[in-house]
Amino acid sequence: MRIDRDKCVACGNCLPVCPVGAIRIDPDIGRAVVNEDECVECFACFRGMSKEHLNPVMVRTIRRIARLFRFRFDPEPDICPTDAIVPQELAWPRSVRRAFSDPQVPHESTGIHGRGTAEVKTNDVTNRVKEGEAGYVVEFGRPGVGARFRDIQRVTTALADCGVEFEQNNPVTSLMTDPSRGLIRDDILNEKILSAIVEIKTRLEQVPTILKKIRDLAQEVNTVISVGVSTRCDAAGNDALREILEREGYPMYRGKTNLGLGRVTRASAEASVEGRA
Amino acid sequence: MTNTLHRYSEHYAFDGRPASPEPIKDDYIVFAMASRGLNDENLVDKYRRFLRLALKHNPVNIGDASKGGMLRPRTDMNPTAHWRRDHAPDPEQVIAGIEGHTTVAAVFDNYGAMKAFVEELKRANLGISINISAPMEDARLCCQEAGITRHSVEYSIGFRGRVDKLPDGTTLELSTMCGHGMVSANFARKMTEWVKENRRTPGEAARYMARFCICGVFNTNRAERIIQQACNLKR
Repeated sequence: MRIDRDKCVACGNCLPVCPVGAIRIDPDIGRAVVNEDECVECFACFRGMSKEHLNPVMVRTIRRIARLFRFRFDPEPDICPTDAIVPQELAWPRSVRRAFSDPQVPHESTGIHGRGTAEVKTNDVTNRVKEGEAGYVVEFGRPGVGARFRDIQRVTTALADCGVEFEQNNPVTSLMTDPSRGLIRDDILNEKILSAIVEIKTRLEQVPTILKKIRDLAQEVNTVISVGVSTRCDAAGNDALREILEREGYPMYRGKTNLGLGRVTRASAEASVEGRA
Repeated sequence: MTNTLHRYSEHYAFDGRPASPEPIKDDYIVFAMASRGLNDENLVDKYRRFLRLALKHNPVNIGDASKGGMLRPRTDMNPTAHWRRDHAPDPEQVIAGIEGHTTVAAVFDNYGAMKAFVEELKRANLGISINISAPMEDARLCCQEAGITRHSVEYSIGFRGRVDKLPDGTTLELSTMCGHGMVSANFARKMTEWVKENRRTPGEAARYMARFCICGVFNTNRAERIIQQACNLKR
């Protein structure tokens, strides 16, 4: 993302809306500028701000006069008055930033918007996580901190050493050169993204070990990690995961519950799902 | 839709967590998602039906994860907006904008509305996956009362690593209501400060933030309550 210097009037509205704080006013030129190394190409500034299309010269003149008299105009805080925020054409590897940061861009590997994972949200249809299994979503950079793939790789390689298997239909896995070792392609390791999810699956009895491993690894990375754990309930709707988390002292106040109201409705797909169940 | 999994509250607080945090009673999300090639025939109709049913129960927000919620930014503003801005939510825009694969969601500020909606969804039998994102105990109770057997569960077990990089609890509660991270912590903090300075009302501040949430799961009523409490306007 970049700010058009001819249009920017340095109103400062875009500064706080940047999720990673990559925009500032450069006092030398009196315009907002984007720190390209920190910008994750999430498009929150470009898309989230409403736009006026005012004449920049006129706006600067009014602002100059107001400043002279120390008047403070109290504008709407989410408007770019001169439409000065301009997306750039993104080439590889920078394009990976947008793929993992802009929720409106579907991931090529999964076709899903957002972070490109279905987790257990569609488990009633896909049977991805079965009874006795635990699915993990380990999300790097969330909330609002951002992460570099170098940090993600530090964790994925350590998890691979534990023998876990990475979910194949996942955007991070699709960028691994060697999933069995958790290695991510070299050319993106320094790219910063708003967040990325690593998904793994184990048996339920391994939950304490894996979560402890993730907790320990989290101390070694320069970002935050949000963790979710899932399982399939038994025929009565009870889940064995709760007891494990409670015993291990993890918070489990909030979460998602798949109601089991989904089903395969395309006749041609029924056979393939039965095979997975 | 992991974006609704880690909505922060004191239950996830780090040092200094209260022994018994107040339960969250004004934030319940129900969302629907189809699986590619498995149950996505007539998908647009299914999603639109889901949202129409939601509207009968007065949701705080509804959203399409690829287009946005009931409050969206506009590209055709004129200077009068600074004095007379239209803050009216537009649910019809959400419903009309659905084009295909996405996730659709409805946000409620009370348990009763969520439960009534879930009961209606059960009767509607749409065939797509329906999830509740809420306090687990409330979701379990809702299923029990609606005669639904839970299929799968996913627990948020909070944040790890460099939590020193996270903002204060109030800001985090506001910003994590858009789990995609589109509501920045700095903006949430600025809005809270503006309310403290009496430059905007809590409702206006909540609506500014909601426009950045691209999938429409930002709960403006909860945001208002959080800001009011932070500004000591209401206890």
